[in-house]
Formats: sequence, C-alpha cells, structure tokens
Amino acid sequence: MSTELVTMNIGPIHPSTHGVFRMRVTFDGETIIDAEPIIGYLHRGSEKLAEERTYTQIVTLTDRMDYTASMTNNQAYILSVEKLSGIKPAERGVWLRMIAAELQRVAAHSVAIGFLINDLGAWHTPLLYLLREREKILELFEMMCGARITNSYLRPGGVFMDAPDEFWPALNRFLDEMPERLNDIENLLTDNEIIIARTQNVAVLDKDDAINASITGPMLRASGVDWDLRHRNPYDFYDKVSFRRPLGTVGDNNDRYLVRLHEIRESLKIIEQCLDLIEPGPIKPDEVPFLVRPPEGDSYVPIEAPKGELGFYLVSDGGISPFRCHVRAPSLMNLTLLRDMVIGYKIADLFVTFGSVDVNMGEVDR
Amino acid sequence: MTKELTGNEIKSTLNENYYSLIDSVEVDHIVLKNEKEKLLSFFENLKNEKKFNLLSSVTSVDFLSKFVVVYHFTSIEKNESLVIKIPCGESRTEPSVLSITSVWRGAELQEREIYDLMGIYFDNHPNMKRLLLWENFDGHPLRKDFVN
Repeated sequence: MSTELVTMNIGPIHPSTHGVFRMRVTFDGETIIDAEPIIGYLHRGSEKLAEERTYTQIVTLTDRMDYTASMTNNQAYILSVEKLSGIKPAERGVWLRMIAAELQRVAAHSVAIGFLINDLGAWHTPLLYLLREREKILELFEMMCGARITNSYLRPGGVFMDAPDEFWPALNRFLDEMPERLNDIENLLTDNEIIIARTQNVAVLDKDDAINASITGPMLRASGVDWDLRHRNPYDFYDKVSFRRPLGTVGDNNDRYLVRLHEIRESLKIIEQCLDLIEPGPIKPDEVPFLVRPPEGDSYVPIEAPKGELGFYLVSDGGISPFRCHVRAPSLMNLTLLRDMVIGYKIADLFVTFGSVDVNMGEVDR
Repeated sequence: MTKELTGNEIKSTLNENYYSLIDSVEVDHIVLKNEKEKLLSFFENLKNEKKFNLLSSVTSVDFLSKFVVVYHFTSIEKNESLVIKIPCGESRTEPSVLSITSVWRGAELQEREIYDLMGIYFDNHPNMKRLLLWENFDGHPLRKDFVN
C-alpha cells in the first residue's frame, strides 16, 4: 500500500511543548521521519539588555531565563561576577546560597518529572503530587527573600538578607517529610507498567554522541557519563559536602527520569550537611560596593544547574555594566540531538522524549 | 577541580606543527589566526588526540575594531579546560570563521545563534540560518553599532 508523507506543525502554543516550543514534524503514518525544532518565540534579548544595566540589576534578568530554577541562575551569574571582580564571598552567604541552590534543584527536578509523567498521559495526579512538594519549597524561598519564583536572592559577595528565624524549623520539617513523599512518588511511578512500557528503550542517547553534542546535566549522566560539575569542579563549598552521583546505564527516557528522581534525594542530603556546617556570621562582606566595577577582562564560571552546565561569559571594559554578557544555556544545547533521538519513533514518543530532555523555553530563547 | 590551563600550558599541549597558527599567547587563553584551511585539522587534533571532547561554549564579542569568537573547551577525561579566541572581520563587512559543527555537534545551534545576533558567518555550517529572530529581520542586534 502506498503512503503519503505528512508534514505537521506542533506548537508553539500546545500544552505539551512546555512553553512556546515549535516543531515541524514529518510523519510516515505514525512514524516520525523528520523533526525540525523552531525556537525564538520567547526571545527577549536578555544579553543585549544586560549591556545597559549595572552588575546588580542583571541579577533580576537571570531570574527570568530558566524560571523554574532562578536560584541556580543567580548563582552562576554571581560566581562569574565574583571571579571577574575578585570579590571574596562571606562564608555564611555561600552556605545560604548553597541551601537555596539545592532546594531549587529539588523544585526544578520535581517540575521536570511531573511534566514528563503528564506528557505520558497520566493527567495531573502525579504532577499535582510533585507540584505540592514544590510549593513548600517556594514557601521556603518566600521566607528567605520575599519572592517565590523570581528570587533575585544573590548578590556579589553573598546574599542580600539572612534567612529569618522561622525559616530553619520550616526547612527541617520539609527535610523530614520529603523523603517519605519521594517514596510515595516512587511507589506510584517507578515500577508502573505503563511508564516502563512507554519509556524503556525509547530515544536512547549514546554516551559519545551526548558528549559530542555538548549535552550536560542529568541527560548526560543518564547516558552513563560521570560528569557533575559540583563534583568535578566544586564551586562554592561543594568540596566540603559529600553526595552520590546517580548514573544511568542505557540512556533512554526511563534513565533520564530515574537520574532526576535520585538526584532529588542527594540534594536533600547536601542540604542536611549544609545545615550542620553553617555558622553565624556576616552574609556579605562590608567592603563590596553597591556599584561593582570589575577591572578589564573576561570570566566564565560553569556550574551544575538542574538542566546542565550553566555559565555566564562576562566581558568587562572597567565600567559599571558588562561590555558583553553571554549565557551558556544548557536547555538550548540539550535540544541539539532532539531530532536524532526521535526519528523512527511514534508521534506519542515525541512528547515523552521532549519531556525527558527537560528544556525551559525561557532559557532556550533568553 | 577542573584545571584552567594558562596560555603557556595551552601552547605546550598543542602539537608543534600547529604553532604557526598561534597569533599570541595571553595569560589565560591563546589567540589563533583565522586561517580556515588549517583550523579544521587543528580542531580535529584537539578533540581526538588531546581529548578536549566537550565543547562548553562558543560565543562572540564585538569590539568595534574587530569581532572575536571565543571557544571554551573541556576535557572530561583529564578534567582540564582551555579558552581559544579567533579574531575576525576587521573591516566589519561579512566577518566569517570556520564552522566546527562537523567536529563537535554541540556547536550547531550556538553558531546559528552567533550568526543571528552578531552576524558572523560560519563557513561549512550545515544549516546557516537565523535561530532566534525571524528570517527577514534587518541587522544583528548584539553588534555594538546596531540601531533599532
């Protein structure tokens, strides 16, 4: 029987495209034979805007890149500014931002897993379980800095305010409850027959292909490469805490889900260690000026954001705003191989694969 | 800790037959000449023999007097990183460098982004068109002389 190829447009407004992602997909029956990602619908020109703002003002721009992981965006940017201007951060400030970053990782991975399961067709129930846990983290952030999503919590040299007294018991309560909630989610999802049937051996990503395409973060670790910048290039105080790095074996959608789930547990362990090590003290050195003027030069500090290697390449000409600010966005790089991963699979696998890549359009388009 | 190679260390890492490509050795990076016919074999050597297999980032800076394309490479095996800069487009008309997409797939979208926002053309790129802005957009916004 002769068949005709069908080219279909998916997105940019579609519930499974996690924002405004668009794909032009060619099908033979239900089988995908070509998929072209088209992006740019959320492009706000953040890099150009940064050239006209002071170093402290840019923190608010970084919040709006990966809006499910504002704290780690702040962290990547601040580390780059500190390297560029030679600011030595205050110890308590660093511990506070590590706690914030790990809480953010738990929140971001919860969102990633929740929407992946949503894309699989388990409408809303597992997603709401995970969003409920994320909500508790957002409440903790609200205590820390007054904002839930666009935090702008970090400043060159540390953070802008200390966590209030009521934050610590609330954080402890969260750390006590979360492992049990994770057990619930694991019982519900990990051995679920439908999830296994739909994700195992789907969109397998080879180790070498992943490295070659600059894919980083949980996606790279799901393909079995032990590359976590918190471990291999410890920034802040990550050399003072210990954690395991979950690795996948096959590199399929199921591994990408499992790696994220296990990373949540490791993040909780890191927060517990931070709580043991944090001591009273200043949250920011007094000598850091309000208007940071780094000397001429450039800096790039990569960090392990929830989605992969995130880094800000800053060039200074000695003024109060950067001469050039470039964001190395993990979400964009992780999309490089999407086409190769979905070819040969069915249309229903396209959304599952896209969900397991876990991109954030705010970061892809910037 | 990832070791960030200094300019001299980068030079001593490279094969001697590529020394003619080096324009200058700076404190934390090296500057290469924009000689397209030799650069491809240089980058292949860097990836396959020197094991710098992860391309962290490609970006570009507009200094008005010239454009500079900045490459950050990481070696997962050796846990080292290095920075290479290639200046181009001194005359500001049609600046171009060689695409490294055939060596590192990870450069594909980043080179398209640079072309889109800064107007640097990458020779031999498989799909050299705008990434974020639309096809008929006039100009390249990240250039310092861009006027809206």
